[in-house]
This record gives sequence, C-alpha cells and structure tokens, in this order.
Amino acid sequence: MKLSKEKLLSFYRTMQTIRLFENRISDLYARGTVPGLAHLYIGEEAVAAGVCGALRPDDFITSTHRGHGHVIAKGADLKPMMAELFGRRTGYCKGKGGSMHIADMNMGILGANGIAGGGLPIAVGAGWSAKWRGTDQVAACFFGDGASNNGTFHESLNLASLHKLPVIFVCENNKYGISVCQLKHQPIIDIATRATSYDMPGSVLDGNDVLEVYEAVVKAVRRARTGEGPTLLEFKTYRWRGHHEGDPNQGERYRTKEEITQWMEKCPIQRLAAKLVTKKIASRQALDAIDREITTAIDAAVEFATQSEFPALEEMYEDVYASEDMAK
Amino acid sequence: MREITYSQALNEALRICMTEDERVVLLGEDIGCYGGIFQVTKDLQTEFGPDRVVDTPISEAGFVGASVGAALTGMRPVTEIMFIDFTTVCMDMIINQMAKMHYMFGGKGKVPMVLRVNIGAGRGTAAQHSQSFHSIFMHVPGLCVAAPSTPYDAKGLLIEAVKNDNPVIFVEHKRLYNTRGMVPEESYRIPFGRAEVKRTGKDVTVFATHALVLSALEAAEEAARDGIDVEVIDPRTLAPLDKDTLIASVKKTGRLLVADEDNKTCGVAAEVSAIVAEDAIEYLKAPILRNCSPDTPVPFSPPLEKSFMFGKDRLLESVRRLMAYA
Repeated sequence: MKLSKEKLLSFYRTMQTIRLFENRISDLYARGTVPGLAHLYIGEEAVAAGVCGALRPDDFITSTHRGHGHVIAKGADLKPMMAELFGRRTGYCKGKGGSMHIADMNMGILGANGIAGGGLPIAVGAGWSAKWRGTDQVAACFFGDGASNNGTFHESLNLASLHKLPVIFVCENNKYGISVCQLKHQPIIDIATRATSYDMPGSVLDGNDVLEVYEAVVKAVRRARTGEGPTLLEFKTYRWRGHHEGDPNQGERYRTKEEITQWMEKCPIQRLAAKLVTKKIASRQALDAIDREITTAIDAAVEFATQSEFPALEEMYEDVYASEDMAK
Repeated sequence: MREITYSQALNEALRICMTEDERVVLLGEDIGCYGGIFQVTKDLQTEFGPDRVVDTPISEAGFVGASVGAALTGMRPVTEIMFIDFTTVCMDMIINQMAKMHYMFGGKGKVPMVLRVNIGAGRGTAAQHSQSFHSIFMHVPGLCVAAPSTPYDAKGLLIEAVKNDNPVIFVEHKRLYNTRGMVPEESYRIPFGRAEVKRTGKDVTVFATHALVLSALEAAEEAARDGIDVEVIDPRTLAPLDKDTLIASVKKTGRLLVADEDNKTCGVAAEVSAIVAEDAIEYLKAPILRNCSPDTPVPFSPPLEKSFMFGKDRLLESVRRLMAYA
C-alpha cells in the first residue's frame, strides 16, 4: 500500500504522543500526582495508531482498562485527558471517571472500560446503531487476549456476524492477562482462529508494525462500510511495563527480563522511524522536532491539569441521572 | 377509554413509541413472530419489520450490551429479558455499563434504553423462572425502576420510560399480564417518582407494589367492613421513589404496612421501612410491618409454592395487627 508522507508521519506522531504521554504518566504516578490505577500502553502503540489511522472522526471505538493509547489515537485532547487522570473537574469526565473511563462522544470514543470484555457488546451496539440510522459509520472494538475468553467476546462476534454489522474486532494479544500468560489461559495460540466459528475473516498480524496494522484495518473497514460485516484482527504485541504502574519490576513475577528486552528490541516506534529515515521520508532531525512539539504539548497538558481545580464536593451528586429530577 | 389487559396496554405503548420515533427498536428473545413469552410484542414484528423488532440469540450480555452501545449512539432500544431471573447473566452490562456510563463519563453520554423484565411466582416454574429480585436494581445508582400495577399505569409508565433519557429497568408482573383495566387509546406519560394513592384512608397506610396493590385494595375493602380505613399507596416507580407521598400518608395514619414480593432481607420493603423510621418515626403508633416473600428460593412443589406466595389474607391480618396498637 502506497502511503503519503503525511500519513506516515501521522503514524509516527500518534505513536510518539502515546509513548511520551505514558512515560510522563509513569513519572507522575511515581510522584503520587496521578491517583488510582494506571495501566500503561507502552510497547503497543502501533495497534492504536494503525487502527485509528484507518477510521474517520465519526467512527466509534470502545476501549479497555489500558486505554490511553486508543483515545489519544482517536483524537482525544491531551489537556482534558491529563486533567482527568489528575482527578480534576476540567477532565474529560469532570474527574469522575479517571484513567479507565475516558470518553468523548464528539470523537466517537464510547469509553475506556474497566471491565475486561465489557466494551465488545457496546461496540456491536454502536455498529448496529449505524446500520439502523442508515449511516456508514463503523465501530472498532479494542480488547485483549484475556478478554477473548469472556462470554461477551463470543456473544459479540456471533451477533455482529449474524447481522453483518460494521464492527472491527481488534484483539491486542500482549501475551498476558495480568500475570497469566496466554498458554495458561487458552488452549490456542492464535485467537483469530476463533473467527471461523462465527463465519467472519480472521487474521493474525504483527502488532508492532504500524503499517501492517493499518493495511489490515483499512481492509476490514472497507468490508464493514459496504455492509459485508465484521472482521476479527489479532495483533501480536507486548506491554513493556507491568500490568499497572506499581506491578513489581514490570511484571518479573510472571515473565523474564529477557522476554521484556526481546520485545523492547521490536519497538514499533523505532521500527517506523528507521524506515522513515532510511527511505528519506523524514530526517532524524525532523523526527526530533516532532518529539519536541509533543513534549511541549504534554508539558502544557500537565500545566493545565495542575492548575485545574478538583471537583467541588457537591459535584459527586451530579450526573447520576441524565435529568436531575430523577435523583433519589 | 376502553378496557384492555396489562399486556395489551404494554403492546400499545410500544406501538405508539415505535410509530412516533424511528429510533425506537425492540430486541429480545422470541419477541418476533412468537410475540414475546407474554405476548407483549404481539404483531409488532409484522408491523415494523424484523430490523426494528429483532429476535435475538440467547445471548443476554450480547444484546443488552448492544442496546447500551446503540443507546449511547442515538437509538432508543427497548429490550426484553424473558424473566428477571435471566438478568443475572448480563448483570455487568446492566450494573457496570448501562447504569454508570452517564456518571463515569461526567454527564457526556446518555443511555436512553429500557430493559423490560418480569417478576412473580405462581406458575410452577421453580427457582429460576419465578423470582422477584427487582430490589437489586433499586439499589444501583443511575437506574430508574418502574413497577406498574394496572394496565393504565403500564401504558403511561412505558411511554415515559421510552421517552426518558435515563436507563430504565421496567419491571412487569406475570400475574398482572391478563388483568384488565380502563386505558385511553391516545399516548400519555406518567412521570417517574410520583406515587399514586390508589385508595385514601386514615387508619393504616399500605405501601404496596405490583400485584400486591390489587391485594391491598381487596384487603382494604374487607377491613372497611370492620371500620378500618386503609390508605393504599402504589409507588409506580421504585427509583425515583416518591418519599413525600409515603411520609405524608404515614404522618396521617401513624401505621405502615409495606407489601412487596421480593424477599424480605434487603428488599424494597426494608428500604421503605428505613425511610419512614428515619423521617417519620415520631408519628408511628405501631411498629412497621413488612409482608414479603420468604428468604428462600421459590420452591417448585405446588403446596410449597402456594405457601411461599401471599395476598389479601396476609395483608388483612397485618392490617389488623397494626390496628391492635392504640
């Protein structure tokens, strides 16, 4: 697939934004500025960038507990995102959702989700809704290898295929459901083979190659938009950090340092950068300049979040219902 | 106005909503040509087509979750769960997704959907097709819970539920489906959170839900023969709950019986009793009494099931006990 320079650079920019954002969160978390849980996406950036790069702004995504990358790639603004992670009222969810519930209806982001497998049926509904409303929007649904054992995975694939709904099932197989490696949680190597049971195409792809991700998703999106139905795409990838910040030694209780190092050598950002430089699409200096712009934007987001207020205590009682007269 | 059944009233409400608003779609098991297990969706698939009245696979988490996603993106799904007992297999979609999205997203996403369920024992269907655990949903912030007792209320509350921007658990009752009552032909909405005083009285307040509203009215007629004047309050929605009407009635009568078919422990009746104990205990002339189902699964054997259930006689006995306090 021949891609424009702009498109290729946009992949670099998106992946690097995610990486630098997550690095900053890791640092802020260690300092105690970011409360709660932070599940970082470092190492898996190519999946979010490639998938969302193939979507339109009015398409939908559902995300996971490890969702920062997905929502950044779909176009979330770093300032309200950072503010949400800080628990401030200027955050995407007014400080009521936090890391695992970032949502932006204007961007088609139907929420990160704290329940493994929770987003799959919701994406099916968004795709169904597009069909009912007569639009050609599609819904991409992110989930992990762990969630592929949940009933919602099977129910969602069945429903989407039965009704030929415009859904792209994006499995990020990072080899671990928290501490349990894939070999111990399912008797198969390739989750994509499960597509066969639901009569839809399924492919196993390199999740650390943004171009391979993008090409596969473009094909799946075309199929979805033209009413041919859903696709299951499995991207093999790896999280460099532990399950969450604070997972001792980045998960060395259940995986080896060697394994982590091997995957770090397959860094999706370095792979693309090397390609861009070798093919003279961008110079190293030009990429460095992009990095500096991103760092400036993240600095501004941190500043915005720091300056923002916490919600007033009475705001706890707001938004339970869509209309306040329903409140108990 | 003409007399129709509770189930026909619900059917009429769905037909009106679907005619008025293309965003309204129905999902559920056997709701198409079969008409739904209790005939609430009878003929609607023929009228509106299989794309808007969808027979789903046996896949509650899948289609309830899909309803949430559709509601979040501009549709107004009305989804049937065949028996309330089956909500357990999609509880994540109800409690963690449907109920909480609006709050978790800081008020940004609305989930205007209705989940229709039904309660009630008495059909010999044992412990997994007869339960009445509607109180669970009253416990969850973010959900509205409707509980119609008459065909009139059934129609007006269902139209309101569909037009309301909040997720609604619409709790129907098996023994009420074939009861009859006067219902206007046109569309009308019964606002949530407004109880109805179904009978006024000055001696005892009976706060009853669902089929027990009818039992309470019968009990009240019998009590009247002994000179006991019973007031019957039907909350119509359990969330929001009309506390004002409840408290005002208790202040007047000083005696409260709560009748609800859920188990006694942690049920609707426990909550209503606690509200009165907190807000109006100084007005009480007698202890609060609760008539509820026993804290057991619903038994199968006919004599056991009969003993599990209760109605007018139990209520009357409780009313008399309350009157024994001066």
